[in-house]
Amino acid sequence: MTNSSQEKKDTRSGFGAGLYEIGLQNSDVVALCADLTGSLKMNAFQDKFPKRFFQMGIAEANMMGMAAGLATAGKIPFTGTFANFSTGRVYDQIRQSIAYSHKNVKICASHAGLTLGEDGATQKILEDIGLMKMLPGMVVINPCDYNQTKAATMAIADHYGPVYLRFGRPKWPIFTDPDSFEIGKALHMREGKDVTIFATGHLVWNSLEAAKALEEKGISAEVINIHTIKPLDNEAILDAVAATKCVVTAEEHQMNGGLGDSICQLLSKNLPTPVEMVAVNDSFGESGKPTELLDKYGLGVKDVIAAAKRAIARK
Amino acid sequence: MNKSTTELNEQVKQTRRDIVRMVHDVQSGHPGGSLGCAEFFTVLYQNILRHNSDNFNMSADDEDVFVLSNGHISPVYYSALAHSGYFPVSELKTFRKLNTRLQGHPTTHEGLPGVRIASGSLGQGLSVAAGIAQAKKLDNEDKLVYVLMGDGELQEGQIWEAVMYAAHNKLDNLIATVDVNGRQIDGDTKDIMGFTELKSKFEAFDWNVISMNGNDIEDVQDTLSKAGLLSGNGKPICILMQTEMGNGVDFMMGSHKWHGIPPNDEQLAYALQQNPSTIGDY
Repeated sequence: MTNSSQEKKDTRSGFGAGLYEIGLQNSDVVALCADLTGSLKMNAFQDKFPKRFFQMGIAEANMMGMAAGLATAGKIPFTGTFANFSTGRVYDQIRQSIAYSHKNVKICASHAGLTLGEDGATQKILEDIGLMKMLPGMVVINPCDYNQTKAATMAIADHYGPVYLRFGRPKWPIFTDPDSFEIGKALHMREGKDVTIFATGHLVWNSLEAAKALEEKGISAEVINIHTIKPLDNEAILDAVAATKCVVTAEEHQMNGGLGDSICQLLSKNLPTPVEMVAVNDSFGESGKPTELLDKYGLGVKDVIAAAKRAIARK
Repeated sequence: MNKSTTELNEQVKQTRRDIVRMVHDVQSGHPGGSLGCAEFFTVLYQNILRHNSDNFNMSADDEDVFVLSNGHISPVYYSALAHSGYFPVSELKTFRKLNTRLQGHPTTHEGLPGVRIASGSLGQGLSVAAGIAQAKKLDNEDKLVYVLMGDGELQEGQIWEAVMYAAHNKLDNLIATVDVNGRQIDGDTKDIMGFTELKSKFEAFDWNVISMNGNDIEDVQDTLSKAGLLSGNGKPICILMQTEMGNGVDFMMGSHKWHGIPPNDEQLAYALQQNPSTIGDY
């Protein structure tokens, strides 16, 4: 699926590197972790700033409340655990103590989506984007590679307010420019005139691979990286769709509540357009290798290609 | 300057009047637990907290902080905040009405000075208070963080996560009071999900535990002062505060029934008769 010569790193390592860098730059940044320091790659921060790192134990609800308290006192807390335990498990704590109370907390969530792999459905949430984007005032960001995750981690420290930052477990190709990330600003990855593919997270790479394959068949696919799902870059999306007149959305998330949902809402109001959604269709995940899972659940490169053809046929 | 016992008692009576009048006016709210905590809030806000109510600062730099975890007793909280200068006492008349800053349960969302966190969904305040206490430690501040929880609220699991964290991390600048009134909406706490040996439970978690009669103004004054002196000794502090739900309004006492219902006109008049005006109604 991926080019074997492409350099790969996990996005969670991008988070760890970004957290360390922003820790050096901003002494108000503090970090909390619920017994997953190694998994979240928070060790470098912990070692460098032991007083600003708080080991919470396996107690995520308390971690969210503590983060709200630290933010109240002027700190910029970054919480770290798996996406499932960062959202669904602690939804009410986030809703009341962080979102409704408008606290400057950065909820940083690893192991999101199917590519968590072998651990199975209990550990891999596919509903987190939906849960978080429904909360008023919550910024939702799902970067696509190591560089973008590192840049996003540093950028959210300078954005006042609650943020959900979602990233993953597997090693994944690195293909973005570290300086290209800006919160809320869609990133054009590839020009094209026949169809626009809006992708987020790991699926941006699959969409680029799909666009390459489509080009060989004479189909010109535009790929736009929607790393910020909320607030959505409405202008960039509408401009692109006005030109290509059909859309594919691609994400490692449930169809319900994800990026595709947000784009359909925007288009139905402003520019009704055929949309094909590459996403998990009302199902839990399971154990398996990341690429096997993406293929089984219809999120592979071939699925993006097929969706593009369907979308073009509906123009 | 600290208020005398006589002055505190006058404020308590006025706060009781505020509570029943607020809840009666809008015909909703929680008078029972609010009345039970009138002495605690009065002493805390008038004599204990080192705070700047004239110029509210969310981050509470170099100030003591109070966090209300059981947000449904908002009437007594709002009365205490107003009477200590956070906002005009006259604003109490907007309680629970459209466009008010005095929402049914406290919130920062409407910008009410004095409130630093939303509460209402139970079990979250101790964690928030622990976070503020941890930040004060990080900043080498010597000010204290107070939090109030209900005894029924201790049924929430998150409380015990925070209890463990605070002890393990020696948050000895954290003073958590539990309102032990023995009642909750569905009945007596001992029948719903009772706690035996609450003192030894907190002690087993390595907290310093003291007790007081929350409806005895002098005991509240003495115990809150003592709690401050116990800070800085390596352990968080728990105050088990015995109170009577509905205290000061006889027909609301001795039952859980007045947890969350308002008095009618006749009941209001009777409640006010038992608590004559002292420093003036809003």
